[in-house]
Amino acid sequence: MQPFEIHDVPSVQDASNLLSEYGDNARLYAGGTELLLVMKSGILHYDHLINIKTVPGLNAIQYGEADHELKIGALTTHRQLERSEVVQRWLPLLAQVEREIANVRVRNVGTIGGNMCFAEPHSDPATLFLALGAQFKLASATMERTLSVDEFLVDAYEPALQPDELLTEIRVPLPGASTHGGYQRFQFHERPTVSVAVLLTLDDAHEGIKEVIVTVGCVNSKPFRATEAEALLGGKSVEEAQIASDKAGKAAAEMADPSDDLNGSSAYKKQLVAILVQRAFLQAYTRFD
Amino acid sequence: MALTDEKVKTAESNPTVSINFEVNGVRHALVIEPRETLLEVLRNRLGLMGTKLSCDVQVCGVCTVLLDGMPVSACTVLAYEARGREVLTIEGLAQGEELHPIQEAFIEGRGFQCGFCTPGMILATKALLAENPDPSIDDIKGYMKGNLCRCTGYRTILDSIQIASRRLRQERP
Ligand SMILES: Cc1cc2nc3c(=O)[nH]c(=O)nc-3n(C[C@H](O)[C@H](O)[C@H](O)COP(=O)(O)OP(=O)(O)OC[C@H]3O[C@@H](n4cnc5c(N)ncnc54)[C@H](O)[C@@H]3O)c2cc1C
Repeated sequence: MQPFEIHDVPSVQDASNLLSEYGDNARLYAGGTELLLVMKSGILHYDHLINIKTVPGLNAIQYGEADHELKIGALTTHRQLERSEVVQRWLPLLAQVEREIANVRVRNVGTIGGNMCFAEPHSDPATLFLALGAQFKLASATMERTLSVDEFLVDAYEPALQPDELLTEIRVPLPGASTHGGYQRFQFHERPTVSVAVLLTLDDAHEGIKEVIVTVGCVNSKPFRATEAEALLGGKSVEEAQIASDKAGKAAAEMADPSDDLNGSSAYKKQLVAILVQRAFLQAYTRFD
Repeated sequence: MALTDEKVKTAESNPTVSINFEVNGVRHALVIEPRETLLEVLRNRLGLMGTKLSCDVQVCGVCTVLLDGMPVSACTVLAYEARGREVLTIEGLAQGEELHPIQEAFIEGRGFQCGFCTPGMILATKALLAENPDPSIDDIKGYMKGNLCRCTGYRTILDSIQIASRRLRQERP
């Protein structure tokens, strides 16, 4: 790697100020599991890395009772999320997803904020957060704002961050008691080839579907809501929906636009989408007692 | 890898930083460059050659060391991150001539052939068993999925880890 300086910053404000001062010559540095790989390979170089792990309070996981939500600091590592009692109690689906990410070494070091801000299309949590309607809190020295997942992820490797802006927190609204989720992924290499999340809300008798959300990740430049699949499942009885889940899977696959690459051909990935939508739907359903 | 990178500028002009950290129970105070990886510092400055470089992208697990007990990829984690912390490498396991029970278990279970992945396997096993002393086969597979071996076919590694788990539980019930 080319030489660089590291700046430990005590606050978001300081990090933002340094970003303004150094411009393109600086980059925020969290776990470094992505950033250092691109720097080691010589693709990118920055003279200044701004270490935000030294900002206190950015790696907390809290349950917010007022809004019944999880507040996840951007510097929280994957391993923290996987093992957190708060996550296991309030959103076990997130713990399930986190456990499968990368390997234990990357999960020990890599942060949830780094995963989102790198905006690599093969992201597990992005697919789940889209389904859950997570909100991303951004802050700079001068302003704060909140974006939805879809607004935050502009395109592959392109988060909606201003040059002096940080992601500080991810707020995840918690599903109600009559909602359960399923998550399915399939993988050949380090990162998932296809990922699918389903959130299923049933009526009180658990016989009819009140709402269903289906998101598909890794196949397009960013995760998307498979609205065509949702339309085929929504409003149905559970029995009808199980039959329709085959069609719903295919409808989701039609909305996917994968490319041929080392993870497989486009047609193959579409087939995976179709199957994983069905499986995630079934997984969500089996979580109702 | 930067070890022999021609583009590297002369050492004198590069930014440096002082760090204090502990490696295998021994304290070190070093002046390093922020860009140095933990692996580079362990091998090139401290002469600890047990930590190997292989894929260089955090996939294979060969360079696994424990940082405050947590497995990390020394190929990519900066040495700077070890400041004020404890690093355990494969050299830190045996007490003199006496092997660590996990090392013995890998011999008994024939958990290696060429040995290149073994330091990483053993250190990952140590972290796994510290966290989960009696792991199921699925727990072991999940935790160890990022440590690759191209010789054994893994069966003997799984056996070795189970032997290690039994040994350690007998030792400290
Ligand atoms: C071998 C391997 C396997 C992987 N497998 C998976 C997988 O299966 N599923 C999956 O979803 N992901 C996977 N990943 C991705 C992994 O989750 C990310 O590497 C990790 O979460 C990135 O976090 P970091 O803290 O290391 O980011 P860094 O490398 O520190 O930063 C990444 C980028 O984000 C910016 N950034 C970081 N934090 C902030 C912030 N708070 N505000 C603004 N910008 C910020 C940095 O400037 C940089 O540009 C894998 C990665 C590797 C290396």
